[in-house]
Amino acid sequence: MKIFPGFFNGRLTALALLLATASSAHSAGTTLKFVPEGDLRSLDPIWTTSGVTRNYAYMVYDQLFALDDQFRPQPQMVDQWTVSPDKLHYVFTLRDGLKWHDGKPVRSADCVASIERWMKRDILGQSLAEAISEMKAVDDKTFRIDLTSPFPLMLDAFAKLAAGALFIMPEHVAKTDPNTQVMESIGSGPFRFVKSEWVPGSKAVFEKNPDYVPRNEPVNWGAGGKVAKVDRVEWIYIPDMQTATNALRSGSVDWVAKVPQDLVPQLEQAKDVNIRVIDPFGSWVLMRFNHEQPPFNDEKLRQAVLWGINQSDYMTAIAGEDPKYWQACYSYYTCKTPLSTTAGAEALMGPRDLDKARALIKESSYKGEKIVIMSATDMTLSNASALVTADLFRKLGLNVDLQSMDWGTMQQRRASHAAPSDGGWNVFFTYFSAADMLNPALNIPLSSNGAKSWVGWPVNPKLEAMKNQWLVAEPAAQQALAADIQVEAFKSVPYVPLGQFMIPTAYRSNLHGVIEAPEVFMWAVEKR
Amino acid sequence: MASYILRRLAGSLPVMGMLALLVFSLLYLAPGDPALIIGGDLATPKDIAAIRENLGLNEPFLSRFGLWVSGVVQGDLGRSIFTGLPVSDLILQRLEPTLALLVMTTIVALVLAIPAGVIAAYRPGGWIDRLLMVLSVLGFSLPSFVLAYLLLLGFSVKNEWLPVYGYVSIREGVIPFLRHICLPSLALGLIYASLIARITRASMLEVLGQDYIRTARAKGVSTLRLLWSHALRNASVPIVTVVGTGLGLLISGAVVTETVFAIPGIGRLTVDAVLRRDYPIIQGVTLMFSAAYVLINLLIDISYTVIDPRIRY
Repeated sequence: MKIFPGFFNGRLTALALLLATASSAHSAGTTLKFVPEGDLRSLDPIWTTSGVTRNYAYMVYDQLFALDDQFRPQPQMVDQWTVSPDKLHYVFTLRDGLKWHDGKPVRSADCVASIERWMKRDILGQSLAEAISEMKAVDDKTFRIDLTSPFPLMLDAFAKLAAGALFIMPEHVAKTDPNTQVMESIGSGPFRFVKSEWVPGSKAVFEKNPDYVPRNEPVNWGAGGKVAKVDRVEWIYIPDMQTATNALRSGSVDWVAKVPQDLVPQLEQAKDVNIRVIDPFGSWVLMRFNHEQPPFNDEKLRQAVLWGINQSDYMTAIAGEDPKYWQACYSYYTCKTPLSTTAGAEALMGPRDLDKARALIKESSYKGEKIVIMSATDMTLSNASALVTADLFRKLGLNVDLQSMDWGTMQQRRASHAAPSDGGWNVFFTYFSAADMLNPALNIPLSSNGAKSWVGWPVNPKLEAMKNQWLVAEPAAQQALAADIQVEAFKSVPYVPLGQFMIPTAYRSNLHGVIEAPEVFMWAVEKR
Repeated sequence: MASYILRRLAGSLPVMGMLALLVFSLLYLAPGDPALIIGGDLATPKDIAAIRENLGLNEPFLSRFGLWVSGVVQGDLGRSIFTGLPVSDLILQRLEPTLALLVMTTIVALVLAIPAGVIAAYRPGGWIDRLLMVLSVLGFSLPSFVLAYLLLLGFSVKNEWLPVYGYVSIREGVIPFLRHICLPSLALGLIYASLIARITRASMLEVLGQDYIRTARAKGVSTLRLLWSHALRNASVPIVTVVGTGLGLLISGAVVTETVFAIPGIGRLTVDAVLRRDYPIIQGVTLMFSAAYVLINLLIDISYTVIDPRIRY
């Protein structure tokens, strides 16, 4: 279809062609133009849990260990490591050739300082810190960690993939207070950040690090040889997704990190554009109750909700009709991962039974009080889930008070312990990277130790004891223990899993080597 | 005149002071906590408290306001909570694209609107008048983002004549600059043009009915000279007023246009800052816009004396 053909075929065509041919002299060469899912606002992946900052950190920094697609921690900066027979003493040796972007060598003291800073911010890191009696650099390439009690998840903690991933920084940078953001950008990863070209809200530029020595193993998620195959990467932040997809169609950019499902049909018709889901697990949506306030302080009412929830209603509202972009998941652990199970999930996965739900509501202490559902209207996921839930709750005879607000306001309000009638809340919705829900240790909202838990503050000492047991269990025993934890979770319902949805990525067909992984990795990507 | 300008500038200082206090108070009272946004879902209450402490968010209102004002007086607008960069640097970084957009939009609007308004007023009720007024109603009613997408579809996606997004500074070449700025200026300028065209028409209609115009016609003055030198100049005061006050509209319209065309301007900086509660940026930008608005109004008032020598302050 031509838009206004007669108009353009006239005099304006000449002007337009003149402008078009006088194109900017900027050479594409091996420059990869990438549209990230959000703006790069902070350069400190320990200070913030932002996914965009983490993607930046994967380019600029390196990790001691990295996870492969079988969820095994593989050495990355580490060459060799030993564990004492009593599993209380670890010694790590760094591999040769590691250099900071300013040319100085990476030392074990840098690793120790980085681990110390990370342990102050990350929840699994905090558990590890409690088990450490001493951590020190032995020499420039070796450091040791002594424990008071075995911590079998130590390497898994070092290889964390999503929120709370450990990145190694120079010692003087890592000594920064963990609650103050690092402004420097000196890493040892496969790309260097060009800070002079950084325009927050618009552009971030990276150059290939010529000094980076990749491992010899084939690339596998964050593990293996991280070989940069483009000379320069430009992150172009385009807040409007329609503009971003237009830019991809016209070839102005090479890769759009996340394309909303409603724009996929447009791209499917475009020439030379590939659309794929590269994150195998996607995002994990959940309904969180306020366990401190009536009526959801009553386990019976929370169980009643389970019988009414239909995950496909939520997933369709969030991710559209096409089931290739979402999946129901009746587990407290990411589906299609080793610990995923349907143990105890009968109330969520069987035929929906609203009568059973209503009967449980009758048995509960619910007295018709208003239930405040918070909906962040600037976040599709939250708003869609809130609307589906309001409809369900009304069908169940619950008195719904659906309150709309922006995401920033909701983040503040959900931290409130006040009664719902006094500025508090009963229910809200959010999502985690599904890579953060792989096991009981990573699954933050599962935590049920009251005020110390994530917002909603569930209390279940039995569940907590089981989680602590899992944390120190040998791998062989972890599977069964995780299933038991899930059975207990479906009884006390700290939150309701609503399914997993996948957002496709789209890139020009001259890009090769895009890695299928839960995070965006830019090494191995080639532009031909 | 000089004393008038000085009086006006001095008078604007308390206005800006009140505005600063108002903006600061509103932000202080508004819900939303940057520490929670920074900490993310996994932060413990202890982490949040530490972040708040580091950002100085626990300080009492007067102390925070006092610190900010003393910084502003010394030219320091503070640092962004999220990027840690100086707010003045961020504003300067974003000023050029927004200024370029506003200037080009004003040029587009004036070039289209003034002749359209004059022609429409010359033959009121004729088909040209009706057509132009229908178009101006359409232009004013059409949301700028719809127009922006239509222009993008026609010029960039289907025909690939112009870039889809971004901004190139005029320092990198006039042609690349024009290629990037022409669609955003059109998208924003057509709405602005509709407003100016209607005012031009109304104002010209009033002037064209005056006795001195009839006299000029009787003396045989050419139509072009009559319209341009005799009528338009005398009809200019309300037009200039609308052009000036319309800049306020443009600033809000620029937010949408900058978003659609991914132009790294002040509008997007403001919206992003509001959404993530980056208080120092919101305060800095609001203060800057207030100052700009005060200055524009002053320039409009001064321009009256140039257009109409009878006006004296």
